[in-house]
Amino acid sequence: MKQLLILSGKGGTGKTTIASAFIRLADAKAYADCDVDAPNLHLITGQNSDPIKTDYYGLPKAEINSKSCIECDQCRQGCRFDAISAEKIYKVDPLACEGCGVCKVVCPVDAISLKPAVAGELMMYTNEEKVFSTAQLKMGSGTSGKLVAEVKKQLKSAAVDVELAIIDGSPGIGCPVIASLSGADMVLIVAEPSVSGISDMERIIKTAAKFGTKTAVCVNKFDTNLDNTDKIEVFCEKEGLHFVGKIPFDSEAVKAINNGRTITDINCSSGAAVKEVYNKTMELFNKVVG
Amino acid sequence: MRIAVLSGKGGTGKTLVSVNLAATAKMSIYIDCDVEEPNGYLFFKPEDVQEEAISVKIPKVDNELCNGCRKCIGFCKFNALAYIKDKLIVFDEVCHSCSGCVMLCPEKALSEKEKIIGRVQKGTSDQVAVYTGILNVGEASGIPVIKKLLVENKLKADKHTFIDCPPGSACTVIESIKDADYCILVAEPTLFGVHNLNMVYELVRLFGKQYGVILNKCLEEENPAEKFCLEKNIKILGRIPFDTELGTLNSNAEIAVRKSEKYLDMFSLLLEAVTREV
Ligand code: SF4
Ligand code: SF4
Ligand code: SF4
Ligand code: SF4
Repeated sequence: MKQLLILSGKGGTGKTTIASAFIRLADAKAYADCDVDAPNLHLITGQNSDPIKTDYYGLPKAEINSKSCIECDQCRQGCRFDAISAEKIYKVDPLACEGCGVCKVVCPVDAISLKPAVAGELMMYTNEEKVFSTAQLKMGSGTSGKLVAEVKKQLKSAAVDVELAIIDGSPGIGCPVIASLSGADMVLIVAEPSVSGISDMERIIKTAAKFGTKTAVCVNKFDTNLDNTDKIEVFCEKEGLHFVGKIPFDSEAVKAINNGRTITDINCSSGAAVKEVYNKTMELFNKVVG
Repeated sequence: MRIAVLSGKGGTGKTLVSVNLAATAKMSIYIDCDVEEPNGYLFFKPEDVQEEAISVKIPKVDNELCNGCRKCIGFCKFNALAYIKDKLIVFDEVCHSCSGCVMLCPEKALSEKEKIIGRVQKGTSDQVAVYTGILNVGEASGIPVIKKLLVENKLKADKHTFIDCPPGSACTVIESIKDADYCILVAEPTLFGVHNLNMVYELVRLFGKQYGVILNKCLEEENPAEKFCLEKNIKILGRIPFDTELGTLNSNAEIAVRKSEKYLDMFSLLLEAVTREV
């Protein structure tokens, strides 16, 4: 399975809109949403069956048995995440606990146990021909990188014979993105022509470069700021990145999304432009994997 | 008064709102906790910038002392340690700095060293104190940077403080809103917008925070985010229209309220609406 990963650095550049269009255009048999903090792809790819759901267990959470606790304060001092408080009784804040297990080791009376904790939910949509893997992280859970890895694993195991997988990546540059990058054959970055968008784009390009993944760039809503769009094109040329096209701002796109459709499902200017971006990207992708 | 500005996803106008509110409030503090993609400083272009490196402690192995017992590896919940070719290796990026391995090593072969993961900058822009946290590329967690940003500002709670939060509802967001007196949720008028708004809405409720919504990029058409607020009886603090002038100012990293009376009036009303709530 070869993976095309779509990233944006910053959220809201239209990454999911473009990923959903790609999925439609490629008639992709395997795709995934790695934005486990705020998954949106399922809203427009029109699943007609219910997903298979599996609980995702992150790291365990510490729990103090106050009956055996002798209030020696060791655990509180040992916890690097300020997760233990000592008001009336010694207590663990499950939202701050990272499950490292240090408190359990230092407790002299064995009053602490590590309890498994559900940190999210994996969802898998399948029918005869398509596999869609996605997940939702539980609020306040910090292990999203691991859940992203699970989403990809789930996709891989269900779609062994599929050649192309399209993956809607995670925003940011932290652990979830690093997890989405692992195993990706090529990255398409959806940039936004704003000063902040360019700054975010540069950071995500650096991150992808650390993994040596082939990277292409497209600009969404390019006509909202032509100067900045030019800057992005110049930047790509200078850095030797493939520039694969630009997509205009299109209020029809908002309508399509609000009706649960992709922009290629309706006749609109952004839909037409994304087709060209798709063709160029796939041409490059086939070279990379071939 | 500490006001956190958040949204389920990036790109909804979280930075637009927090930057312009801070600039409207004048003698205020702006803190950019979106350490993976800090953007606020691009708008404020702060002067007299001072920078401080942020580091965490990670284990360092003395291979002379290590006998390969692998006790540390067995303990590490984050798979940050491995024994390869007769040598203990630490994978810095995934280490969570819990110090457990150091504590446990029977041979005292492990000690801690500082590792820089990012930086915090402070500067001023007119009368606004601008704080920015920047996570280094390739690092997994920005929490230590966020903690540093917020600890510094705990004492100055008398000024209007605007916290530009990271997107989403993960641990970094929780860290950012922990001590906030009020939360502003910024929402886009799309189906995605509603889905994302719902997440932060649940988050602020879970934390028992006071909150209100600013609807951004409002078009003439039906606004699913507005509908959501009305259904759930959520306070709407105000609406920012989709308008190309504002869009252009914003995409050029200009602070709209410093460029035009029109936007200054608009954000003054928003600021009033927020202050009234707190
Ligand atoms: S498991 Fe680690 S993070 Fe959780 S309370 Fe114990 S020491 Fe703190
Ligand atoms: S280390 Fe154990 S005994 Fe000591 S305060 Fe913590 S839970 Fe109680
Ligand atoms: S616990 Fe200490 S001695 Fe054992 S493998 Fe780890 S570093 Fe080496
Ligand atoms: S400090 Fe904690 S997370 Fe880091 S290597 Fe040691 S045990 Fe693992």
